[in-house]
Amino acid sequence: MRIPLSWLREYAQVPADATAEDVMAELVKVGLEEEDVHRPSDTLTGPVVVGQVLSLVKEPQSNGKTINWCQVRVVPEGQEQTLTGKGIDPSGVQGIVCGAHNFVEGDKVVVTLPGAVLPGNFAISARKTYGHLSAGMIASARELGLGDDHDGIIVLSELGLDPEVGSDAMALLGLYDEAAEINVTPDRSYCFSIRGVAREYAHATGTVFTDPAAGVVVAEPTGPGYGVRLEDTAGIYGKPGCDRFVARTVRGVDPSRPTPPWMAQRLRLAGIRSISLVVDISNYVMLELGQPLHFYDLDKLQGEIVVRRAAAGEKLTTLDGRERALDPEDLLITDASGPIGIAGVMGGAATEVSDTTKDVLIEAAHFEEVSIARSRRRHRLPSEASKRFERGVDWEIADEAAQRAVDLLVELAGGTADTTATDVGTRPEPKAIELPAGYPATRIGIDFTAEQIEGTLTELGAAVEAVDGGYLVTAPSWRPDLETREDLTEEIARLVGYDQIPATLPVAPPGRGLSRAQVQRRRVLQALADAGLVEVLSYPFVSAAQNNTFGTAEAGAEVRAVKLANPISHEFGFLRTSVLPGLLETARRNHGRGFRDLALYEAGLVFLPGETLGTATIPPLGAKPSEEVLEELYNGLPDQPLRLGAVLTGHDSPAAPAHTPRPYDWADALDTARLAGDVLGVELVVSQGSHQAFHPGRTAVLSLRSGRAVGYAGELHPKLLAELDLPARTVAMEIDVDALCAAAPDVVVAKPISTFPVTTQDVALVVDADIAAADVLEALREGAGELLEDVALFDVYAGPGIGEGRKSLAFGLRFRASDRTLTADEASEARAGAVALAAERFGAVQR
Amino acid sequence: MSEPTSPVDVAPGAAEPAVPQPTDGAALDAAVEQALQAFAAATDLDQLKAARLAHTGEKSPLSLANREIGRLDKSEKATAGKLMGAARGRVNKALAERTGVLEAEHAARILVEEAVDVTAAPRRRRAGARHPLSTLQERVSDIFVGMGWEIAEGPEVESEWFNFNALNFKPDHPAREMQDTFFVEPPEAHLLLRTHTSPVQIRSMLERDLPVYVLCPGKVFRTDELDATHTPVFHQFEGLAIDRNLSMADLRGTLEHFARQMFGEEASIRLRPNYFPFTEPSAELDIWHPGAKGGPRWIEWGGCGMVHPNVLRAAGIDPEVYSGFAFGMGIERTLMFRNEVPDMHDMIEGDVRFSEHFGMEI
Repeated sequence: MRIPLSWLREYAQVPADATAEDVMAELVKVGLEEEDVHRPSDTLTGPVVVGQVLSLVKEPQSNGKTINWCQVRVVPEGQEQTLTGKGIDPSGVQGIVCGAHNFVEGDKVVVTLPGAVLPGNFAISARKTYGHLSAGMIASARELGLGDDHDGIIVLSELGLDPEVGSDAMALLGLYDEAAEINVTPDRSYCFSIRGVAREYAHATGTVFTDPAAGVVVAEPTGPGYGVRLEDTAGIYGKPGCDRFVARTVRGVDPSRPTPPWMAQRLRLAGIRSISLVVDISNYVMLELGQPLHFYDLDKLQGEIVVRRAAAGEKLTTLDGRERALDPEDLLITDASGPIGIAGVMGGAATEVSDTTKDVLIEAAHFEEVSIARSRRRHRLPSEASKRFERGVDWEIADEAAQRAVDLLVELAGGTADTTATDVGTRPEPKAIELPAGYPATRIGIDFTAEQIEGTLTELGAAVEAVDGGYLVTAPSWRPDLETREDLTEEIARLVGYDQIPATLPVAPPGRGLSRAQVQRRRVLQALADAGLVEVLSYPFVSAAQNNTFGTAEAGAEVRAVKLANPISHEFGFLRTSVLPGLLETARRNHGRGFRDLALYEAGLVFLPGETLGTATIPPLGAKPSEEVLEELYNGLPDQPLRLGAVLTGHDSPAAPAHTPRPYDWADALDTARLAGDVLGVELVVSQGSHQAFHPGRTAVLSLRSGRAVGYAGELHPKLLAELDLPARTVAMEIDVDALCAAAPDVVVAKPISTFPVTTQDVALVVDADIAAADVLEALREGAGELLEDVALFDVYAGPGIGEGRKSLAFGLRFRASDRTLTADEASEARAGAVALAAERFGAVQR
Repeated sequence: MSEPTSPVDVAPGAAEPAVPQPTDGAALDAAVEQALQAFAAATDLDQLKAARLAHTGEKSPLSLANREIGRLDKSEKATAGKLMGAARGRVNKALAERTGVLEAEHAARILVEEAVDVTAAPRRRRAGARHPLSTLQERVSDIFVGMGWEIAEGPEVESEWFNFNALNFKPDHPAREMQDTFFVEPPEAHLLLRTHTSPVQIRSMLERDLPVYVLCPGKVFRTDELDATHTPVFHQFEGLAIDRNLSMADLRGTLEHFARQMFGEEASIRLRPNYFPFTEPSAELDIWHPGAKGGPRWIEWGGCGMVHPNVLRAAGIDPEVYSGFAFGMGIERTLMFRNEVPDMHDMIEGDVRFSEHFGMEI
């Protein structure tokens, strides 16, 4: 909401030298946040004066244009020019070349003299043009920043003005006024009016507020006015769609009358374009009092007005020229011809006022909030009217607002008001709110005095009745947002000042610190950073194709994924089922920026919808749903496990003297995944696997000891890497962190440490090339028995001397007994047992 | 020093020295002096080894003189033994000293030769980095854990009930549109991407025993296009305290404490009236940031207020018995003004330079 200061000053005592910034600094104290300042004089500086065209000579030019060579008087005849400076003629008459043709000799116009600066940093100076020295400019509305009017220069008589020559045209046009723009929160519909903001300004500063409504005199009608019937008695949530409809008639308005500059400029500062006097009056009253009005061309109405819901199949062409199919929930204004407006949202084209309208019917109605909100959303018709109605308008103001419009139509447009008036509807029962005397203090922490409580509430306009133990408070009609004692408490605290609230630090009961899972997740994330990887974060929005590639091992399968109804980009309209697409995109971006060695990781949720998605209905607010309903809500959510992904490409370290960087390979992907397991005390079992995104021969499935697969690691598929524009041999892994954390041991049981001497023996076993080393190692471990302390693969060899299709695996075995020094024979026997089992299972032959 | 066993102790062709008599003190002294001079003249360990063989080896004058003792009369043996002992003692002592000096010189020379240009050292281990949003989130969490609060988390795809209804957003109220929401297809399923971490507050109240003191950090979503100050995916941390007799003074005290932990003892906070459906009274939270770029100033930080009774009721908590406060701030916003990040793009693009600059710190 933009508040022109000149307007605000009419109803609140704003210091004469206060700027928009000063006003905003006050308003922010009562909760109206500053947004912006609109001050025409920031971009327009004078001298800009009223001039009179003394002579005008039309001079055709070789380019086909005709210019006017004008002599313009800018100082009253007989007076001296007091302005000085380059281009200012001491005679008081300026020679000016003007290209517009909508004026004649004798017209009073706006002259921007040399030295003036116009919006767009356009400095006016005397300059040679078309063979003359043109000393200034005759201004158009657009050049002064007053709108987009292309109809030539401003002729002041057309605005109904006849000012003295030489007077300050900026003052005349209201260009010294300025507006404070504030953000109005959805609960404060009242502050979408000068009336509301002026009251708030008075609250903030303690100055006097004059209610603009109080200045409007509504005469007793001599009889019923235009026929209006309210037929919607039980609409949405059982509330009537319209509970008040005031209609007034003004006849014989003069459509040729211009909008006075003061009104046009206030509207403009408030952000509303001046259209015509009649329309401007309707907007002006809405801004001033907060009551949206609708004006009908009385001649176009047919019979009684009925407010009702739409019938199936009804249509209406709204005044934006669009035909709209109406919904049975839409609240309509109708006459004998059918719908003539969507109530509170937009009027119909057939009955709108035009530049030939003589007789006007004014509607000032009160509509139910939800009905307006739904129609506005349904028809995508946000308007100044709907904005106010859906937040709640003062029920009581309709009468005064209609009268204010009548008065302005009479005063400015030359109309005559009918002495009859229509006012139908039912005033809602005011509700008294119980406010226990001590309640505000317990919620705010300030020991409010009775005077503070009663005083602030009364100042708001509420009726306060002292009762036993507290107050019965009836909120003013313009504050439909005040419904509970909490609402009243906020008002009291707000007006007393939030800065009065003391600070006390509550002590939480002894906590458990971070949960085990939280500690585990931190450890994993930190371990990868410690190991040299860089954490990144990417958006979870992916394409169906990305999900189908990364979300399932098998190619060709359609992955179940969560689809967004309103994605930012339709290409990436799904939620991820894998963190790899985002990570790979991040890798590609970094690679594109010249970083060849990359080790990136990201932990984030993936979204795996189950059979049920969501719930058909949701419980209401303000009450705890039953356990069954809560269970349904929980079950309707997709699984959202935390995944850890990593992508590595290039080398492990930068090249340097005496150092050869090592290229990342598939094993680094496995190693990164296993590191995550290690720091949690979880062993990841590696087995040969396949996944469509990975190299078919270089993919590991990572499983828990229980056999549950929790991830993949390996080299990415070369074809995929080419498509993604990533270097060959880029490797990646992805694992389920939640599963890893859950598999971590609850209690780690200590192992006795034997200090007896170690005996190490190596063994080289030749097996078929397709036998997994891990399986052979496992056989050795089992076969060696309990004397084996550790076994590790330290070399793999294939080539001459081994045989076609065979490989040699070299293992180091470490033996130690817990209670004695092993003899060489004991160790050899254990080793023989190990080899025997490997031979039995895999046909392993000692080399 | 062990006795040499080699039959050849001096190089062939070396001059045969005269053998002094073991009883001839002067001759022995002369042999000793020669040995001492030879040791002193040796400039490295190889030369010293040659001098040692020449003067203490089997064929050296003193060794030969020693052999002569056996041939002496019994009466002379004692004198000769004494003289010989003294002579050999002096030689051995000098040899040991010279050996020590030359070995030390040798060791020192090796160290000099082994010197490297430490400024040319390779970086073999790459230091990784956390994303600063993660680090900051952990820092914030730790401050509250230190106050006895717990950290609560929840799903990112959420039921509309948890995100809106339970938080007292009326179904048709414009407040819903303050937060541009991503809805899940089909909209009839009432699922969405949470627009704030407040659903976690509801979950915490439903799942935990009272009193509740939780901080809910996490990722949230709004349909904003990415620009310098907006991103459709961002992070928040929200706090919730539900206890008997909590007031807005407790809220202020908590926020002030937190602000000082984050921004130093000079930091303070300011509350301004505002509106949120889930709190009443509600306030906007500004922080006095003493280290702000361009000088200390008030910075809009987040929203807060006393939990609306409808929110308590949604979680089955009796608002007549319990009250509470809640607050919420953006982590991106905090990072922007705390760490002077000028552009949101830096935070979301994953450029390694951004994370690496912060490393593990924030």
